[in-house]
Amino acid sequence: MEVGGDTAAPAPGGAEDLEDTQFPSEEAREGGGVHAVPPDPEDVGLEETGSKDKDQPPSPSPPPPSEALSSTSRLWSPAAPENSPTRSPETSSGGQGGDPSDEEWRNQRKHVFVLSEAGKPIYSRYGSVEALSATMGVMTALVSFVQSAGDAIRAIYAEDHKLVFLQQGPLLLVAMSRTSQSAAQLRGELLAVHAQIVSTLTRASVARIFAHKQNYDLRRLLAGSERTLDRLLDSMEQDPGALLLGAVRCVPLARPLRDALGALLRRCTAPGLALSVLAVGGRLITAAQERNVLAECRLDPADLQLLLDWVGAPAFAAGEAWAPVCLPRFNPDGFFYAYVARLDAMPVCLLLLGTQREAFHAMAACRRLVEDGMHALGAMRALGEAASFSNASSASAPAYSVQAVGAPGLRHFLYKPLDIPDHHRQLPQFTSPELEAPYSREEERQRLSDLYHRLHARLHSTSRPLRLIYHVAEKETLLAWVTSKFELYTCLSPLVTKAGAILVVTKLLRWVKKEEDRLFIRYPPKYSTPPATSTDQAAHNGLFTGL
Amino acid sequence: MAQAHRTPQPRTAPSQPRVFKLVLLGSGSVGKSSLALRYVKNDFKSILPTVGCAFFTKVVDVGAASLKLEIWDTAGQEKYHSICHLYFRGANAALLVYDITRKDSFLKAQQWLKDLEEELHPGEVLVMLVGNKTDLSQEREVTFQEGKEFADSQKLLFMETSAKLNHQVSEVFNTMAQELLQRDDREGQAPRGDAAVALNEGPARQAKCCAH
Repeated sequence: MEVGGDTAAPAPGGAEDLEDTQFPSEEAREGGGVHAVPPDPEDVGLEETGSKDKDQPPSPSPPPPSEALSSTSRLWSPAAPENSPTRSPETSSGGQGGDPSDEEWRNQRKHVFVLSEAGKPIYSRYGSVEALSATMGVMTALVSFVQSAGDAIRAIYAEDHKLVFLQQGPLLLVAMSRTSQSAAQLRGELLAVHAQIVSTLTRASVARIFAHKQNYDLRRLLAGSERTLDRLLDSMEQDPGALLLGAVRCVPLARPLRDALGALLRRCTAPGLALSVLAVGGRLITAAQERNVLAECRLDPADLQLLLDWVGAPAFAAGEAWAPVCLPRFNPDGFFYAYVARLDAMPVCLLLLGTQREAFHAMAACRRLVEDGMHALGAMRALGEAASFSNASSASAPAYSVQAVGAPGLRHFLYKPLDIPDHHRQLPQFTSPELEAPYSREEERQRLSDLYHRLHARLHSTSRPLRLIYHVAEKETLLAWVTSKFELYTCLSPLVTKAGAILVVTKLLRWVKKEEDRLFIRYPPKYSTPPATSTDQAAHNGLFTGL
Repeated sequence: MAQAHRTPQPRTAPSQPRVFKLVLLGSGSVGKSSLALRYVKNDFKSILPTVGCAFFTKVVDVGAASLKLEIWDTAGQEKYHSICHLYFRGANAALLVYDITRKDSFLKAQQWLKDLEEELHPGEVLVMLVGNKTDLSQEREVTFQEGKEFADSQKLLFMETSAKLNHQVSEVFNTMAQELLQRDDREGQAPRGDAAVALNEGPARQAKCCAH
């Protein structure tokens, strides 16, 4: 039971601590390293929670009432004004006569706004920010009204809308959603949006700018980043795994090749190099970290995901790029310098992250070593083959079909292992197959994403976390399950029986166990850069201990 | 040095072309990356704003000689200006790009010229003013004449291009290449010094470049 509580992804701990809503909280998790996976004693739990659960969930659209209520009351317990604010957002979102009176704008499922403390609009997912200044003014008014009572507004629940507020330094982020996402999940998305902004500007410089000039128009500095934010929000909606699970997705790859690539990255160093990442289509092939730079502060999966999204951007499609980037979880106030290049004509992308501002040419030399090494390994061909598995929709991102599992009735799943070797905890990962047949259209994907969100919210509910949910939805059946060894979400055909579902899940777990060396990076490589001569030594040592 | 540089040039040219550094400057979304992409890869796609700087190389044949252009495509966005200034240093040539449908980008190009002159000695860098997006000439805000006059007043080269329609793009770069070679052959100290610097850091990289 305590596992359910600890795993609480976007919603850890009590309702009070607003700032530290860090999604991954692996530190809290102990006692990994166990093997036997297939579901043994939990079968009982399955029956139990399953049936108990079935009473409640088949209520598709409105949020689970009990949870919504309890969290509302918890959220609002410190601050009294429960009713008055619930009024005003309705008028602000619905009945206002400004430019966003546009029907289409109002029909969007989810809005995300970023504004400055002074109420200056910075970003809106839909519509033009200029047209929204009135709306944003109302938001600022709300926030400062609650603030004046020495409190902070966190969320407003109004009929089918949820409004979530997140204050980060001089920035205010607001999500307004009609989706089934919980407030904690929406807050997680807002944190990701904030992280994206920090990654281009750093928290310190945002603070400095507004300290200097309160009504500064941050859009000037964020010019060009709006589309990155759009992309981020789209991907969170369509492919929610990374954010929900606080983990990155790996390219399935034979372990010897992955280990060889890891060793290669470890060999190819440059002064000040802190992190090397090989990725394709936003998915991780392998990453190597410098021992000292990132020794104490392990690389946060949210930072790594941010980098993966970033290098996947079309802006990096040509040439070799050199740009400053901040890793908000690692150090929100400092820049790294990133070298990004596509290798060969492949969509394979190499990211070299270093601390030296003028190291472009050293990094470029390092890339050539990596490229040569990859040719020597024949890695390009192997990666090309891996890429050819994927269906056309996901442009050359290596992936696998759910058919590979060999469990009929299984349509899709998200699996995050928790029983991993100790040092592996540094790199939380998950795996999931391509979205296929019934989920090829956007609405379908959205529906599945909503269902995953709903299950996730219930597993990680702060008030009443669950370990197992069997949910019969209109067009599919889902089973979500968290144990000390894994967190799993499965989507099954609607005709599956409960016994059938258990069978499918058992099969899936066996398959994952069998394939885990291919699906996950078991031993993330590390290297040492500073002493140039001893680098090789250290690298080899690392290699051998790694193996 | 000058001798060694000039006389064996025809022989060494194919294997060791002289290296020149060219930077693309201008405000956001005037088409700097598109020009570079069109020239280097003969490709055009609507790309997101450049992040930081992008680096391309291209070997250009000018008559019997050949030279290697190192093209630094900089981000127009303000937030990246600090990092891009790094790459002004040692530049042999600059393309100041503006969008002919946006007057502000033309004014900004003039500002860039000032910045450039602050960082480098005038005359040291070969500068061309480029008015891009002639495919949108019906929305033109800066006339050819205006561009030309400003360029003449500052002794800059001038051309109008369309990266989208591949109009005059390679001409821009080839003109620059030709001018750079001529200057390098003709002139005394300043440009040769630059070329030498570029070559000093060049060989190591080039050697590996050939290996792959």
